[in-house]
Amino acid sequence: MADHGMDPSAPLTGEPSKNTKRKLRKEVKTQIIGFVLALFLTSISFISIASDAIPASFAIPFIFMLAVIQVVLQLYIFMHLNDRGNAWPNAMIWSAVVVAIPSVAALMLLLGITKW
Amino acid sequence: MSYAEAQKKSVLWDWLTTVDHKKIGIMYLAAGAFFFTIGGIMALLMRAQLMFPNSSLIPAQTFNEILTMHGTIMIFLAAMPLLFGFMNYIVPLQIGARDVAFPFLNSLGFWLFLFGGIFVNLSWFLGGAPDAGWTSYVPLASHYSGIGLDFFVLGLQISGLGTLIGGINFLVTIINMRAPGMSMMRMPLFTWNTFVASILILFAFPALTVGYLLLMMDRIFGSNFFVVEMGGNVVIWQHLFWIFGHPEVYILALPAFGIFSEIIPTFSKKRIFGYTAMVFATMLIGFYGFMVWAHHMFTVGLGPVANSVFAIATMAIAVPTGIKIFNWLLTMWGGRIKMTTAMLCAAMFIPTFVMGGVTGVMLAVSAADYQFHDTYFVVAHFHYVIVGATVLGLFGGAFYWWPRMFGYTLNEKLGKAFIILFLIGFHLTFFVQHFLGLYGMPRRVASYLPGQGWDGMNLVSSSGAIFMAAGFLLFIINIFVSMKNKETTGDPWDGRTLEWTIPSPTPEYNFAQTPLVRDYDAFWYEKYQGDGKIKAAEPLGDIHMPNGSILPIIISFGLFVMAFGLVYHTWIVAGAGLLIVFGAMFVRSVKEDHGYHIPVEEITKDKGGK
Repeated sequence: MADHGMDPSAPLTGEPSKNTKRKLRKEVKTQIIGFVLALFLTSISFISIASDAIPASFAIPFIFMLAVIQVVLQLYIFMHLNDRGNAWPNAMIWSAVVVAIPSVAALMLLLGITKW
Repeated sequence: MSYAEAQKKSVLWDWLTTVDHKKIGIMYLAAGAFFFTIGGIMALLMRAQLMFPNSSLIPAQTFNEILTMHGTIMIFLAAMPLLFGFMNYIVPLQIGARDVAFPFLNSLGFWLFLFGGIFVNLSWFLGGAPDAGWTSYVPLASHYSGIGLDFFVLGLQISGLGTLIGGINFLVTIINMRAPGMSMMRMPLFTWNTFVASILILFAFPALTVGYLLLMMDRIFGSNFFVVEMGGNVVIWQHLFWIFGHPEVYILALPAFGIFSEIIPTFSKKRIFGYTAMVFATMLIGFYGFMVWAHHMFTVGLGPVANSVFAIATMAIAVPTGIKIFNWLLTMWGGRIKMTTAMLCAAMFIPTFVMGGVTGVMLAVSAADYQFHDTYFVVAHFHYVIVGATVLGLFGGAFYWWPRMFGYTLNEKLGKAFIILFLIGFHLTFFVQHFLGLYGMPRRVASYLPGQGWDGMNLVSSSGAIFMAAGFLLFIINIFVSMKNKETTGDPWDGRTLEWTIPSPTPEYNFAQTPLVRDYDAFWYEKYQGDGKIKAAEPLGDIHMPNGSILPIIISFGLFVMAFGLVYHTWIVAGAGLLIVFGAMFVRSVKEDHGYHIPVEEITKDKGGK
């Protein structure tokens, strides 16, 4: 590979541009909103079970739903999946989800006592 | 290591330590051809036994072992490594890269496969080969089979690890190492098919690994996953196996489709018809491959709704496959077709594979499958698709890429004699097996009684096998006879893709300068829109190369030792093997390894001192 005479790990110098500053402010805002949302999701899942606010039959699907939202939130806000240059990780993660959900769902149905 | 040191290695040491994708590709081909020959001899033995009714040439137990090993060897140790050989050699050349993304891992993948394959085959000498079929259904495989199954389950886990590593390596290579200008939609179709097949490997092999892990636990550590009276479940094995097993079929077929998609445009002198549709169809086949596994289990008793859903999903696969078939036909239509041996393979693949596809749709009718299941009809079907696609693809690819890989062209006359003989033998052997199945002959039987209307057809089937063997011998002879037909232009077929822009024999750094890709069929574009030479994307300079390493062999050997320890329940040997593995991994982690540079003078010397 050609050497361009730059050390990519060198510390940045100088003032950030206006555009960069605006982006950084926006990033901070997203991170804070994401953090609050994550806390909120975690606490409702805890409270809903601890206070018996929802019926027992609905508890597992409800928690599961919250968990899925939580995972997506974490992946996109804190793991930066929506940033530029992450198209491939996105494509691979979502194609795995598209393959795994029908497979696992079908497998669970087929292994049950009921004959479909 | 310096450049001079890197050149000084002895030939043997060079091949043992190589991380060059071309040498690893050739080693995959050699090992795959070795196992293919063994698997073929087993097939001949089985056909010899079944030639006449009530035959006692081979005892029933040995027949079961041969039958199991024929399937296992042909799928895991012959077809896949042979395809991996082509992928390894050709994909980096087609995308304009100097190597795969992880050269060390590439070498590790090969040695894991080889040691795993040898381990499975050692069972022949150490108490009997596995005898529960390549599917190894439990509880037959978990509680009624001998030590051979231990070798099977451990050896295939080791070689499966190698396959998984290889698949991930191809994915990263294709995503990250394409030459400037080569967008995804300018990639040659062989590379596209390799890409989708690698995704299938990545998603499907974990299911097999889990299955084998559970089987190993039951057999060696006394767990109860498949013991019904202890609350286990035997059907889950079949699910796990086929969640892997069906995508596996496409892992074998897709790269072969890719090879045909290279051969047909080259020898028809036409751009492939419907490139975008081909890419889309490949992805669709890959996706459907995961949604149809239960069609192998129609007679298990899943219930009518489940059977219907999987039957319809299975029939849907005929649509993208049909798109591909028509695109190949339309590529040939109106082209200036040159019937070389490679093209003959591709042309004969289409009718052969379509026949296999038609019986596939027949088998997908779940009600009818109750009649076909476990008969020779199934045997005929899967040999038509696997030999029709994968084996013809491998032979076609061999004739097509031989000048690129070995620097000489295979003899065309001998080649055509070979492929015609092989195809006559193939159809003689397997066409009658459809009818044997319809007349009720079950598969996997070691012998049968006379007077059931099977005698004549079995005789025909067995004599066909002799033609196939004779054809394969011609191919082997061809390899040696043709050695004098040196190929020096680097572009013997008037090729269309980047691998034909390299001088012959292929230099170890592939491209002196990374090529600049300006269109799909990059070389063809330069021939007709440019000056016939591919543009360079970088100035001539020193080329950075990775160092060779012996560690992949040591790691694989460590796992091999560990597997021995597990089979014989000698934990100290197993622990020693594990120690070797982690020791080698530790050395790899702490040792600084910066590779070396090929100086620019060497490269200009190769280019003829420009």
